[in-house]
Amino acid sequence: MEPLLSVRNLSVTFDVRKPGSWPWTPPRKLHAVSEVSFDLQPGECLGIVGESGSGKSTLARAVVGTIPSSDGNIMFEGHDLANMDPKQRRVHRRDVQMIFQDPLAALNPRMTVGEIIAEPLITHEPNTPRPEIKKRVRELMERVGLLPNLINRYPHEFSGGQCQRIGIARALILKPKLIICDEPVSALDVSVQAQVINLLMELRRDMGLSMIFIAHDLSVVKHISDRTLVLYLGRVMETADSEKLTTRPEHPYSQALIASVPIPDPVLERARPRPILEGELPSPLAPPSGCVFRTRCPKAQTSCAEVKPVLEDIGSNHLVACPFHEAEEVLAVNG
Amino acid sequence: MSLLEIEDLRVTFTTADGDVNAVNGLSLNIDKGETLAIVGESGSGKSQTAFAAMGLLAKNGRATGQAWFDGQDLLAMNTHQLNKIRSKDMAMIFQDPMTSLNPYLRVSDQMAEVLMLHQGLSKSAAVTEAVRMLDAVRIPDARARITMFPHEFSGGMRQRIMIAMSLLCQPRLLIADEPTTALDVTVQAQIMQLLGDIRQEFGTAIILITHDLGIVAGFCDRTLVMYGGQIMEEGPTNDIFSDPSHPYTSGLLQAVPRLDKETAELATIAGEPPDMSRLPAGCPFSPRCAQVLDNCTAERPSLEVTPDRRRACHLPVQEVA
Repeated sequence: MEPLLSVRNLSVTFDVRKPGSWPWTPPRKLHAVSEVSFDLQPGECLGIVGESGSGKSTLARAVVGTIPSSDGNIMFEGHDLANMDPKQRRVHRRDVQMIFQDPLAALNPRMTVGEIIAEPLITHEPNTPRPEIKKRVRELMERVGLLPNLINRYPHEFSGGQCQRIGIARALILKPKLIICDEPVSALDVSVQAQVINLLMELRRDMGLSMIFIAHDLSVVKHISDRTLVLYLGRVMETADSEKLTTRPEHPYSQALIASVPIPDPVLERARPRPILEGELPSPLAPPSGCVFRTRCPKAQTSCAEVKPVLEDIGSNHLVACPFHEAEEVLAVNG
Repeated sequence: MSLLEIEDLRVTFTTADGDVNAVNGLSLNIDKGETLAIVGESGSGKSQTAFAAMGLLAKNGRATGQAWFDGQDLLAMNTHQLNKIRSKDMAMIFQDPMTSLNPYLRVSDQMAEVLMLHQGLSKSAAVTEAVRMLDAVRIPDARARITMFPHEFSGGMRQRIMIAMSLLCQPRLLIADEPTTALDVTVQAQIMQLLGDIRQEFGTAIILITHDLGIVAGFCDRTLVMYGGQIMEEGPTNDIFSDPSHPYTSGLLQAVPRLDKETAELATIAGEPPDMSRLPAGCPFSPRCAQVLDNCTAERPSLEVTPDRRRACHLPVQEVA
């Protein structure tokens, strides 16, 4: 089967000028995303996890096309995003939609809910008759769990969870093939978070959507996605089936990440081995040589500083970028 | 005798849209060296409880009731009296370490100020003591970095500075208001371990205010669950998690996806968090409760007290799903 989205060796760099530097000094390069490759099959949900500054959002924006990539290819249904003509690009924009983290900030405060949800439709299908637009907006509002009679209200009149539903409706009105969710539930309260997660899973199932789900909360990513990709400092550390990644991670970073996630069960939580990852993310302006994780890695060897690890396939679509990988059951309880 | 005992605390804010009751008759107590979690969603009144006890309410807020700390009522004190206790006997860590540190002052100046004021140390002695404390919270190269400004540190490091600052006078009570919410999980694990070490080393009692049930499970002796400014239930952490006695607690526990378990669909709590200016007459959770009874909407359930647990629910304990 041909993948819906195929990303190969994608790199995104930003130019950063030191404050007070001369205009002619060359800017420093910030490597937000480096040599990332992955495939997304139609109907699949790929989770992307990583700490803040790991390049999750930059990767998402590059796939949507709002940030230019500096190297590599993004192929959507066989077309390269970089050299699409304007007509194809317009089709691509219809097919790929995004849901953002801060539900209220993502909505224009001066537009009514109806206008917000209808806007993509009016932009891409300007000839749709008004009653048809209204009908589709109302249907969609109902679908995402909003009362259609709230159509003329403004975003500030809604709670966070409802605003996120508006954002989801706006992303769905063009019937896209791929939805990219950038931390869609992290700003929501626990009880509302579950509602939105269930809604997203239901919509995905019913509409056959493909999804890229970005979050820092590994429990949420595991719950919603089929496959998970672990990013660290813009590089892929490990990709595997979500269940497998959480139960038997191979990469030392995935292991540390999973060990840091607290489990809401006092007996289990206190009995767990807790290898704590020291230090913090190094600066992406000067990433460590060789393996970027080696500065914090408990298993680092001298060779890690010299050789850049390659993403190795260890069977059944499980890729690891560490020569010393070893499966470990981080969730298991001692004794 | 307990270290802090809050009785019938009510916090009200006067706003243009009328009075908002953030906390409605809350009582709690914490013993020496104990860790208590206050769990709740945004708007449940968990932070305002702490602010009221520390005398840090916003100008339009008023607190009534009593908060006994060492036999003195914190709510009856004026600012001058509070300043003698704050930071010395009880200290607070806030959620956002950037906005809680003064961006115009070097870390050394901010930290030394506390010691100069409370212990009358000289500036140089205070800075030496501050460096020692930064070492204790594991800030590498503390001696050189103490003269830096807050913005030169990362989020996790700033939170460590906040913790170090709050511990300078070795308070007996530390209130941590969402101390790790703004941080990554790996840094969160570091900070929680640090707080655990501090508790062991100094015997500090800690009130941890959070919405993250995972952290509570690993850290706290007792858990108090709040909703709509009221106590839903309280008890030993193990019992609350294994055998919740309130529909809200059991709903919350089922609504979080877990890393160690496979769940097909998350159980949800219907509806939205309450509007604090228009709370229902009965139980604040009744509009969202799956097991609501007839009298829940009309009559506020009283707090049932058993030896080690408290709960406020009309539904008999055995019937809580």
